[in-house]
Amino acid sequence: MGRVAFEHVTKQFGDVTAVDDLTLDVEDREFLVLLGPSGCGKTTALRLLAGLEDPTDGTITIGERVVNDVAALDRDIAMVFQSYALYPHMTVRRNIEFPLRSRKVPEAERRELVSQAVATLGLAGLEDRRPAQLSGGQRQRVALARAIVRRPQVFLMDEPLSNLDATLRVQTRAELVELQRRLETTVVYVTHDQVEAMTMANRIAILDQGVLQQVGAPHDVYARPANLFVARFIGSPPMNTVTGTVAAGDDGDDASADPVVRVSGGRFELTAEQAKLLHDQGLVEVVVGVRPEHTELGPDGSVDAVVAVVELLGHEQHVICRLEDGGLVIARQADDRTPPDIGTPVRLAAEPARLHLFDPRSGRRIEG
Amino acid sequence: MTARRPTSRRAQRRREAALGYVLVAPALVVFAIFVFYPFAKNFELALYRNPPFPHLPRRYVGLDQAVDVLTSADFRESVWTTVVFAILSVPAGIFLGLALAVAAHRRLRGIGIYRTIFASTVTSSVAVASVIFGTLFNPVIGWIPALGFNPRPPVLENPDWALPAVALVSVWQNIGLSFIIMSAGLQAIPDELLEAAEIDGARPWRRFWRVTVPLMSPTIYFTIVVGSIFAFQAFGQIDLLTPSNQKLLGTNVLTYYIFSNLRERQDPGTAAVLAIALFAITLLLTLTQMRLLERRVHYAA
Repeated sequence: MGRVAFEHVTKQFGDVTAVDDLTLDVEDREFLVLLGPSGCGKTTALRLLAGLEDPTDGTITIGERVVNDVAALDRDIAMVFQSYALYPHMTVRRNIEFPLRSRKVPEAERRELVSQAVATLGLAGLEDRRPAQLSGGQRQRVALARAIVRRPQVFLMDEPLSNLDATLRVQTRAELVELQRRLETTVVYVTHDQVEAMTMANRIAILDQGVLQQVGAPHDVYARPANLFVARFIGSPPMNTVTGTVAAGDDGDDASADPVVRVSGGRFELTAEQAKLLHDQGLVEVVVGVRPEHTELGPDGSVDAVVAVVELLGHEQHVICRLEDGGLVIARQADDRTPPDIGTPVRLAAEPARLHLFDPRSGRRIEG
Repeated sequence: MTARRPTSRRAQRRREAALGYVLVAPALVVFAIFVFYPFAKNFELALYRNPPFPHLPRRYVGLDQAVDVLTSADFRESVWTTVVFAILSVPAGIFLGLALAVAAHRRLRGIGIYRTIFASTVTSSVAVASVIFGTLFNPVIGWIPALGFNPRPPVLENPDWALPAVALVSVWQNIGLSFIIMSAGLQAIPDELLEAAEIDGARPWRRFWRVTVPLMSPTIYFTIVVGSIFAFQAFGQIDLLTPSNQKLLGTNVLTYYIFSNLRERQDPGTAAVLAIALFAITLLLTLTQMRLLERRVHYAA
């Protein structure tokens, strides 16, 4: 049915490789988000799937069919563009009808399908307006209606929420997920917004510089980022990363036998398992990552820092601390805590089991 | 303070207005000498009848002359010739300009060379265009007769073919401008709209007629209006390619009729009446086009 597969797909524009050897499966009825910063190749990957670009190498499959040589209009897909790409000279009804008219659907059936799409997206009463007479949210819904009216195998969405204001974006996010469940269809969704990815996706595929970094369920990607790029990209505020050197715990002032990572202003303790992994890989330098919500401020911390900025968000606080070497570490705490004054020295702590360890040269996650 | 403010503001506004007039003055003088005065003078000339022999005093006849000229068979024939000329030259020029613009609207290597070639006719003067086509139509050395189209009498001396031939020169000349304007119009259409139409299952022909043409309608409309005005004012190619016997050849368009009255018959009165008529016809045509076409034009939001 609505299965999609990229197999070793590469797309080059002149000397620039926009998508580099991408292999990715999207299950039927899955909501897959392609996530990455601008220029990472996510939109190109979507356009390759849509048939708006031809791959330089590799095969693309939709359903059971290899579509490399199938024109966009025969791929049985629908796409929602960032700008919505509504036809400005047509009414809402005509816009929604356009894919049906293009495929010569008989009039009675056409009317039925259009009225269903109009009802699904709550556009009743707006059918005779033109796009210019609609609000941003309404235009977005017309674009969605035009996409769903034909019941294609796969929906492609290119940052469809980025032109909406913040409140409407949150609301539409939920509506889109609901719509996808109801229509039982496959969605490939492109965004640079990791919150959208986390909240909507069944699985997230993270791209950087054309290369697929990690694919996984939102929670997996968040809890076990495959490399430093993913670690820093997923999560808001982002994961703290500090470079340090591996040392046995008993050298120096501390009597504990547990191994530690020495960082600017102190050290992070490791579990025995983590220490063994580092030892097995022969790593002396390591990048330690800690999520802000796992970064504690308290007297029993092991890293010295100074409070640089305090952000009060209402439901939580972000305490941004500066390490001795100038690096910043963010601690996230509940709003009932008394925020520390700027300039006060603090001690940072993190449970060893909460630490993420990365190889500083390859950026790869160190795990068994 | 508060009581004085309106006065000072009014004074300031007066000063600003004075400065405005000073700044506009140079342009106003140029317009007055080269546009307003000749325009008004035309109406004066139209009221006097000129004697058949030069250097004799002219005679005031009021509107008599205008009525005589405008009701003459020659005038009617000339208007008809002009209309036919416009019908032959305007739509073809627009269609070819649009077709070439669509053809050149692709990201292909070397497409810039084609764009330059297509746009180049705009830079060649009427004289050059006329010489080129005069040569092409030449019954002895021309390529067009050599290719088999060689009526007797030759094209440019043939009452059936002289007007289409002259219109062809105009079409060729208008292609450049039409191409440039259409290309600009095409570039203003977001790529995403055509991509959306493609994904929505519209084949190229449908994309062209349902998306490109409606969104190009302001551009096409503009080209029709400007093209029609150009057609009604065409003169050079007719003067150069069919230098005599316009009436017999059927190329006596209004501009040429004005010219021959003024120069050959030394009759500025008749020429003035015709010039005013041409002005009125062009104005009326443009207003009608605005009324009729603008309703069908889609201005994108």
